[in-house]
Amino acid sequence: MKAIIEQAKHHFHGGLSLDGHKQLSMQHAISAALIPDTLTVPLLQHIGRPATAIVKIGEQVLKGQCIACIKDDKNTVTAAMHAPSSGKVVAIEHCAIPGMLKQSVDCIMIQTDGEDRWHPEIQPIAEPFNLTRDDLKQAILEAGIVGMGGAGFPTHLKLVQEKPVETLIINAAECEPYITCDAQLIQEQAEKIIKGIQFILHALNINHCFIGIENNKPDAIQALRQAIESIEQPPTKQQCFIKIVQLPTRYPAGGEKQLIQAITGKQIPINKLPRDLGIIGHNIATTFAVANAILEGKPLIERVVTITGDNIAQPQNKWVMLGTNMQQLLDTCGYQKKSNDEVIMGGPMMGAHLDSADYPVIKTTNCVLVKTKPIQTTSLPCIRCGECARVCPANLLPQQLYWFVRSKDFDRVQDYQIFSCIECGCCDYVCPSHIPLVQFYRYAKSEIWNQEADKEKSDHARQRHEFRQLRIERKKKEDAERKAKKKAMLNKKQGIDTSAEDAKKSAIEAALKRVKSRQTEQSAVAKNTDNLTEQQQQKIAEVEQRRKNKTRQNNNE
Amino acid sequence: MLTAIIALSLLAIAFGLLLGFAAVRYKVKSNPVVDQIDALLPQTQCGQCTYPGCRPYAEAIAKEEADINQCPPGGEATILALADLLGKDPKPLNEKNGAHAEKTVVYIDEKVCIGCTLCIQACPVDAILGAAKQMHTVIASECTGCDLCIPPCPVDCIHVIPAVEEKDKVSVKVPFAPLLFTEPNA
Amino acid sequence: MMENTAPNSVTKMMLNVIYALIPGVIAYVIFFGWGVIINIVIAVTTAIATESLMLHLRKRPVKPFIMDGSAVVTAILLALALPNLAPWWLTFIGVAFAIIIGKHLYGGLGYNPFNPAMIGYVLLLISFPLEMTIWLQPDNNIGFTQNLSHILNSSAKDLNIDAMTMATTLDTVKTQSGLGQTYDTIRANHSILFGQFAGYGWEWINLMFLLGGLWLLYRRVISWQIPVAFLISIATMALIFYPATSTSPIYHLFGGATMLCAFFIATDPVTASTTPNGRLIYAAGIGVFAYIIRMWGGYPDGIAFGVLLMNMAAPMIDYYTRPKAFGES
Repeated sequence: MKAIIEQAKHHFHGGLSLDGHKQLSMQHAISAALIPDTLTVPLLQHIGRPATAIVKIGEQVLKGQCIACIKDDKNTVTAAMHAPSSGKVVAIEHCAIPGMLKQSVDCIMIQTDGEDRWHPEIQPIAEPFNLTRDDLKQAILEAGIVGMGGAGFPTHLKLVQEKPVETLIINAAECEPYITCDAQLIQEQAEKIIKGIQFILHALNINHCFIGIENNKPDAIQALRQAIESIEQPPTKQQCFIKIVQLPTRYPAGGEKQLIQAITGKQIPINKLPRDLGIIGHNIATTFAVANAILEGKPLIERVVTITGDNIAQPQNKWVMLGTNMQQLLDTCGYQKKSNDEVIMGGPMMGAHLDSADYPVIKTTNCVLVKTKPIQTTSLPCIRCGECARVCPANLLPQQLYWFVRSKDFDRVQDYQIFSCIECGCCDYVCPSHIPLVQFYRYAKSEIWNQEADKEKSDHARQRHEFRQLRIERKKKEDAERKAKKKAMLNKKQGIDTSAEDAKKSAIEAALKRVKSRQTEQSAVAKNTDNLTEQQQQKIAEVEQRRKNKTRQNNNE
Repeated sequence: MLTAIIALSLLAIAFGLLLGFAAVRYKVKSNPVVDQIDALLPQTQCGQCTYPGCRPYAEAIAKEEADINQCPPGGEATILALADLLGKDPKPLNEKNGAHAEKTVVYIDEKVCIGCTLCIQACPVDAILGAAKQMHTVIASECTGCDLCIPPCPVDCIHVIPAVEEKDKVSVKVPFAPLLFTEPNA
Repeated sequence: MMENTAPNSVTKMMLNVIYALIPGVIAYVIFFGWGVIINIVIAVTTAIATESLMLHLRKRPVKPFIMDGSAVVTAILLALALPNLAPWWLTFIGVAFAIIIGKHLYGGLGYNPFNPAMIGYVLLLISFPLEMTIWLQPDNNIGFTQNLSHILNSSAKDLNIDAMTMATTLDTVKTQSGLGQTYDTIRANHSILFGQFAGYGWEWINLMFLLGGLWLLYRRVISWQIPVAFLISIATMALIFYPATSTSPIYHLFGGATMLCAFFIATDPVTASTTPNGRLIYAAGIGVFAYIIRMWGGYPDGIAFGVLLMNMAAPMIDYYTRPKAFGES
């Protein structure tokens, strides 16, 4: 297949040119994995919900055996876990896992027996290119593969899509300083990577992809080119081509949105995902894991980790079994601990600062970095220099966001698109007043989420309260009705016609009223009925007669 | 001299009339609907604001009988939101109504509960499950932490515990003053 | 740490600004004598003293704010704007006002809406119009001690010095064109005030400030929008009105405080606009106002008023020139 290499035609706004410190860890080939005594496999090494353990304490497990799987609906965001080596399950308990936030989840501890025996069911898949797309997705789901660039989104959910996908972008940028695991993996395993890409293309039903790679990795670019040119077209209907796009070495070129903009020139609209534009992105180490899973049937149980930084005698890239303790890893690389060191999982810009090295390596650990702790001093007020806006790759106004977060104006902060912030740390880096800007944005985001959660809760509580008041009203009404009915029934039983009784009562009352009114009337009675003349008396008698006749007539009718 | 005085006086009168007319004609009538105010309140129905529930408090605010800083569970966020809605200045929480505290829920000690249903009748959101002479239990996810069930309980079996933060709820604390920064060594 | 372009501390930024001012100050001393150095010393001392006092009164940490160098830069800029024979109390009042009222009243570093140096300058200009015009003529041979004694004790009438004071080039052009003379006539009549292409002495001072400013651009301490927009704006205004006023764009670009403003005064980050497009509008506005006041206003140089007027408009300019965030349609 012909390899196309070209320079990126577009660029993203801002960014920084940082010293890479890449040569430090690329002196040797990737060394083989050591088998540690214990492996701690957390059930959450990805975005989403933890997996469910399917092994029990005391059970013997073999290398590659599934020890935690997806028990929920296949489309839930979760991933499976596998035993990185053979041994015995000694504990399943809550442990702290490395990450940006202090989280602890259930972890399966395995005591290795040193034999490293593979599970017999781990076999290469025959005729991998004849697999259907759903079979591919299932194989990757069962292999527990997640995004290995650091995000950890389950890969199988980024394969077969309902919406049509037009472009596949492979992220080989590795823009953060110090990290070189992807670069070396490419140099050593380019062919497998290309095969992995082919599988993903097949799953997505498209025939071309872009590999975005920074131009400070010439060896890796050559390796990719050779690998692409050495493969024959697979026996599928589609002819695929793979284009290598060289990016200028600028942090954060590896940010998904920035990479997509640099390669395609398109900006992902706010609150949308790349797949809404028909683009899917995968990290290049993930494609290697996919190739392993399909070609050799191996689940994701080890990865390349860069161990580098200050005070490390032999900085290098190593194959590491997932669950290996980071402290052990550092010791094998000649780490001389100093009192003011700190361990970072990831790179110096976006990595998670850990309080110690006593954490297991997880699927998203691309680097274990040791740096001397910086001196803490007070920051100065913002001098409105605008450097932060100059370097922001999301084209935001970090300065304004900072002012709004300080005044806790979370509405304006959202107007200025704080959720587009990728927390890359560029603004933090250039601020002359040394204001910890990223911390402010993280605080704002968490406050906004908390406020939304609180609002939902309070809306729910209001509904319950209103319903309760309704219920009480209804109960009162029903009680009153019931009482009335019951009284009616009781009286009926006792033979009293309560309705007649009532009518009698009202008749008596009416009569009494009439008497009263008559009494008052009589005091104002007409005075001209006495001393009537004969004529008047005759007239009265006639009227009376007429009245009598009329009444008799009415009675007869 | 005289002309100057007359001219300025006339101008002053003219502008004064104009301003007065504009003030009356274009006056913005703020008509905060009680529903809008109620939507901003935390619905704890605790009564700490001295009104029997959130809705009466909202009505009092709308009638300008109550101030906006009387809700301790709502805290600063609610005061700011109310101030924004009503166009008033935000002010600090009135200490007389209580202090803003962490979210709590209650739970019933089942060994002590006698099944009298007094707490069930007191709960404004029906978060207590139970019936006469049957065990009473608080549904923690529905409990708003208003603590109205605690006084009626004759055996004092209801206890306050901190609300368990959901795993998704992440609180990132930031020191606002003084700000800390890190100086690079290299 | 790793970014090797922009210096990432306020102190470093301010130090770079001070370095960039040095060539201009040297040119100043060469043409106009030592007065400016004395003024700078008085100004810097006053600035540091008043800033410490204010920080102490406001219960803020004194050391980090003094060390950031912003008060020193304000003082130097104000001293450069003042006449070289200004009495010491003039400098003192101006700087004290700039720091106390112009900066700390609003909350200190980062919070002031108006450029403190310009506020101080305008106060002095309006309150002490006479003292603000005591400029020594260029190429005088007044020694350092004579300068010092006159500044410290302006009541002592030194006939030597008095004979050598005169209005600046800008001042002369303004008053004479007000009387109907063209630029060439003025130039012929007052040749001592004119150099190769603009005011004598001033053209070199402006050139040195231009070089300093270009160095600041190279070091990424300031961004290009403000200087470029300001210079283009003032040159364009001069070009439009060239036939009428007979003062060429070159004269305006290298006369008075133009280059100082373009690279040092208007670029004050705290008071300028912050968005890239906003900066263009802001600086262009200053250019327009400066030219109008120079030509038809009551003062020889309109830079200070132009800056203050645009400071007022900066928040609104920022609001309307907000860039579109990534993905915003």
